[in-house]
Amino acid sequence: MKPAVAANTNHQNRRPSWQALLTILMYSFMYIPIIILGVYSFNESRYGAIWKGFSLTWYRKLMGDERLFFALGDSLKIALCAVAISSILGTLMAVGLSKYRFPGKSLYVGISYLPLIIPDIAIAVATLVFLASVAIPLSLWTAIAAHMVFCLAYIAIVVSSRLQGLDPNLEEAALDLGATPTQALLKVLIPQLTPAILSGCLLAFVLSMDDLLISSFTAGGANPLPIEIFSRVKTGIKPDINALSVLLILASGLIAALSEYFRCKSDRI
Amino acid sequence: MKNSGFDRIKAEQKPKKLLALVVNWLQAIFDLIWRWLSNLARPIGLLGPAGIWLLLLMVLPMLLITELSLVPGLKPGQPIAGYGLLNYLRILEPTYLQVLQRSATFATGTTLLCLLLGFPVAYWLALMAPKRWRNLLLVLFILPLWTSSLLRTYAWITLLRSSGVINLVLGALGLPTQSLMNTPWAVYIGMTYSFLPYMVLILYASLERLDLKLLEAAADLGANPQIAFWRVTVPQTLPGIAAGCLLVFVTSLGDFVVPTLLGGPSSMTISRLIYNQFLGVARNWGFGSALSMVLILMVSLAIALLLKYGDRNPEIYS
Repeated sequence: MKPAVAANTNHQNRRPSWQALLTILMYSFMYIPIIILGVYSFNESRYGAIWKGFSLTWYRKLMGDERLFFALGDSLKIALCAVAISSILGTLMAVGLSKYRFPGKSLYVGISYLPLIIPDIAIAVATLVFLASVAIPLSLWTAIAAHMVFCLAYIAIVVSSRLQGLDPNLEEAALDLGATPTQALLKVLIPQLTPAILSGCLLAFVLSMDDLLISSFTAGGANPLPIEIFSRVKTGIKPDINALSVLLILASGLIAALSEYFRCKSDRI
Repeated sequence: MKNSGFDRIKAEQKPKKLLALVVNWLQAIFDLIWRWLSNLARPIGLLGPAGIWLLLLMVLPMLLITELSLVPGLKPGQPIAGYGLLNYLRILEPTYLQVLQRSATFATGTTLLCLLLGFPVAYWLALMAPKRWRNLLLVLFILPLWTSSLLRTYAWITLLRSSGVINLVLGALGLPTQSLMNTPWAVYIGMTYSFLPYMVLILYASLERLDLKLLEAAADLGANPQIAFWRVTVPQTLPGIAAGCLLVFVTSLGDFVVPTLLGGPSSMTISRLIYNQFLGVARNWGFGSALSMVLILMVSLAIALLLKYGDRNPEIYS
């Protein structure tokens, strides 16, 4: 039935194609740096790449590092607050955009894409200038406000793409059966959207935890983790940061798995 | 309500009829306004909060830096003395033009590298990999995106520095060691590493939707696989290629972490220059705002090019 494709497959079975070989190479390219980082976090030696024996020194040092824990705390506060508020604003925005037509809608949509398009450094600078011009002192709260901008934009995108695949009849049926529009939103639409909202939240959470530039310009005295890590690694290799990386990479692997789970669930409904 | 009012009118005597009619009308008008308001309240309730937030913290700040970019030599805390184009003219000085050019070169080079390395991977994943493993393999490839970009860049310091792993291996093999850290090569490696998953993700989505029947048709009509690839596969995935290139180009153009950590002092890029105008030693907000405007302009230009040329009809050859 498919002569060309079948011939192709036979060919592959005999000898791996160059695409497959290159793919393997690229997977190693993606993972070797992370694996090496992991291996060296257990290295006794402080300097150089030479293996001096297995040790948990750096993990022990990490556990006693109060500054890092405070930084992690600041990061978590910013990310959790920003994501929690944005999840509501972003979802409402996505629902609103899917339901209503109004003059200036394309402008609204265009503005909602700005946080995704404009480079972080420009957003960070502009936010700093704005905060300075209205004389709001920089703090954890200004960082949360600034993070909310990109968090709600990403959450709205994820939720919007899910909304497009939804059956509009379900909500109409609820309305026909006597539900108020608010009831229809809360009891019919939102449950259908929950997996998408959660996966959007996870994405926003990861982006917020990863953000260096916007926090650098808006956090003031607060010291989120990326800023702390950046100021330490600027000057070179720090084995305790290797250990920290391993822990954070494991945590983000967990978040990725969770997100994939929500995505599958979202597709299945 | 209206019906009961109407019934009431019929039941009442004549003098009260007029009053009842007015009350009835008022009620109807009030009802209309109320319905109109509640119709309006819903979209405002849904779109208002996010809209206000975007207006306050996205649109207004952008307008503000547009204004500041027209104030020459503005230091933080200073009042605005006068407007002028001096900040923009200053960007045209050779030192700064070189920075712009370097940023554009890094971004272009990274985009090409990602396309060259990413296309075969996406092709293999979408068309040649065992079907039931495809999703898992794709997720595995983009998994590093979930980890901190700062730490992924940091990982390359371990490999690239003079006493790093690459030189350890080269030395063990008896090859001359390389000093890769703080060179443009390190920036290309770091950026390609950071943004390759985006490219693969987008190309995969595009290749997955490829109509295989067209390839069969091409083969039936006597095209060899190479010709079929260039005349059928590539034109069909062109929107995906354009979107992937745009994403990688825009992200690497504004990237701060990789040039700072891997590129060293010789790899000054536009984002680092902007950073220095605000948080570094330079402290020139006006000039920094002008540089930000130029960066935004470059990004917008790339997007405009995509909209113009990237969105060709994918079925042009069908």
